[in-house]
Amino acid sequence: MPEFRNYFLNFGPQHPAAHGVLRMVLELDGEVVVGADPHIGMLHRGTEKLAEHKKWMQNLPYMDRLDYVSAMCNEHAYCLALEKLLGIDVPIRARYIRVLFDEITRILNHLLWVGSHGLDVGAMSMILYAFREREDLLDCYEAVSGTRVHAAYYRPGGVLRDLPDTMPKYTESKWKNAEKLKRLNEARDGSLLDFIDDFAQRFPKRLDEYETLLTDNRIWKQRLVNVGVVTSERAIALGFSGPMLRASGVEWDLRKTQPYEVYDRLDFGIPVGTAGDCYDRYLVRMEEMRQSTRILRQCVDWLRANPGPVVTDDCRAAAPPRAEMKSTLEGMIRHFKLFSEGFFVPEGEVYSAIEHPKGEFGVYVVSDGANKPYRLKIRSPGFAHLAAIGEMTQGHMIADVVTIVGTLDIVFGEIDR
Amino acid sequence: MKSTSPAPEMFAQTLQRHFGKRVSTHVSLGQTRIDVDANDYLDVMQRLRDEPDLCFEQLIDLCGIDHSAYGKTLWTGRRFAVVSQLLSISKNRRARIRCFVPDDIFPSIPSIRPVWNSADWFEREAFDLFGIVFTGHGNLRRLLTDYGFDGHPLRKDFPVSGKVEARYDAGRGRVVNEPTTAKAREIMPRRFPE
Repeated sequence: MPEFRNYFLNFGPQHPAAHGVLRMVLELDGEVVVGADPHIGMLHRGTEKLAEHKKWMQNLPYMDRLDYVSAMCNEHAYCLALEKLLGIDVPIRARYIRVLFDEITRILNHLLWVGSHGLDVGAMSMILYAFREREDLLDCYEAVSGTRVHAAYYRPGGVLRDLPDTMPKYTESKWKNAEKLKRLNEARDGSLLDFIDDFAQRFPKRLDEYETLLTDNRIWKQRLVNVGVVTSERAIALGFSGPMLRASGVEWDLRKTQPYEVYDRLDFGIPVGTAGDCYDRYLVRMEEMRQSTRILRQCVDWLRANPGPVVTDDCRAAAPPRAEMKSTLEGMIRHFKLFSEGFFVPEGEVYSAIEHPKGEFGVYVVSDGANKPYRLKIRSPGFAHLAAIGEMTQGHMIADVVTIVGTLDIVFGEIDR
Repeated sequence: MKSTSPAPEMFAQTLQRHFGKRVSTHVSLGQTRIDVDANDYLDVMQRLRDEPDLCFEQLIDLCGIDHSAYGKTLWTGRRFAVVSQLLSISKNRRARIRCFVPDDIFPSIPSIRPVWNSADWFEREAFDLFGIVFTGHGNLRRLLTDYGFDGHPLRKDFPVSGKVEARYDAGRGRVVNEPTTAKAREIMPRRFPE
């Protein structure tokens, strides 16, 4: 009788737990994983190549399409890089708005993560609750930028426009009667800031509800505790960042250690795990949502009290005000040049990184002085995390592979680029 | 939490003490770039990680650059470079290492995968997109492009429209690749200030 040897199992790219288009070739000894070889690139759109053929400004919307669950954070890293190269100053109100939306994005990202991770592991209802809250936050995206996902709201030198005074409201339809409408529109009577403030009030209670569903849930713990353990030394050597690194016990957050924008003026904590397993990563992300809510409140308070400009008036990158463009010759020429040949970025190179919800998202830009980037390299956190999956899954059962893919919080838009 | 990173000038002195003339340090926009020769590359990287006063524990990023179309005038230097971004968590410091790859026809440079495990995929990506061979990598396969892809797409002589297009051939019952019919079009050409 022939002896059973290790065999190979193909996982994905069409698999509900593959988080998009991950294909993995698993080497199995019985039901135990011996090795995992991810095949990526199924969503490779050549963003970096396209960027070399697009003007600086035209590249900004491409950033949204990298990690499409946390679009604004991607734009942020790109804008920071351009601002450094151009040497332009960002008005303080724009900095606060960016921080506000970075934290909204962080909550959006972690909500999607906890929902889909629950779905992977068997907690069906989580995704429904998470999407209920996501809906409110996506409305905030829509209120400022006009789109729900691919916002293109940040600009080199600030943001597109100031926060609106009104929130869009639900209207009556076959499915929404007057009574339901009243409940849905309750928080939408005031400005966007009022709406965010209201969200920040009720969200911690919702988080408590999620935690009653998951944190001490026996099945949840059986699936997560001691699965995919990464020690702090290995996490550093493997290039981990963000919650993945912090869950392994390394206290490292760019918002604290290399503060950008106004994070050094805000009061928030950095949750750090101890065990480095999937359960700790879950706890870290849940706590990050609470801390982000704290930041939201502080930003809302500041923004209410301090009106001001939201984009630089530096003529190198910012369009002239509409009235100036219509009434002066210089304004019209400036506007025409800016939107035809674009702006020129001085020769040089810069790497700018931000604390993205998934980890360190960096943009390395090389400019040779032209109106297009010479080289744009996107450092996505998920790329380094997914590269480590072989090591993380070793010795685990096939079912744990799904847990580990879920805990990495990968999005293929940023990994394949 | 750690304090903010020390002045780049101090850091440049530390580098001079360790490496002398083997590296040249450039500071621009508050960021430090270290240029290193390909012969010293592996050794310098190893020491950047291991020396207690440098201590770069993390390789954040590694990428290739093709310089052949750089600037207004003809580029005369080496064509390919490998650029890595290092991060020291204990010292809260960043550094960028640039190393030009010796041969333009068959670019090859030692792999730093033995120094930082995270270099594995970054080097595979640079090989895939630029055709830079990392000797001693051990598993240098294509990463991002399709199975059976020909060429290195981020090289400057690779057209942005690509070389082939795929379609389903009902007669043969499979997807076939054919030379692309897409025309390269550029609305606003690359331009420099007068």
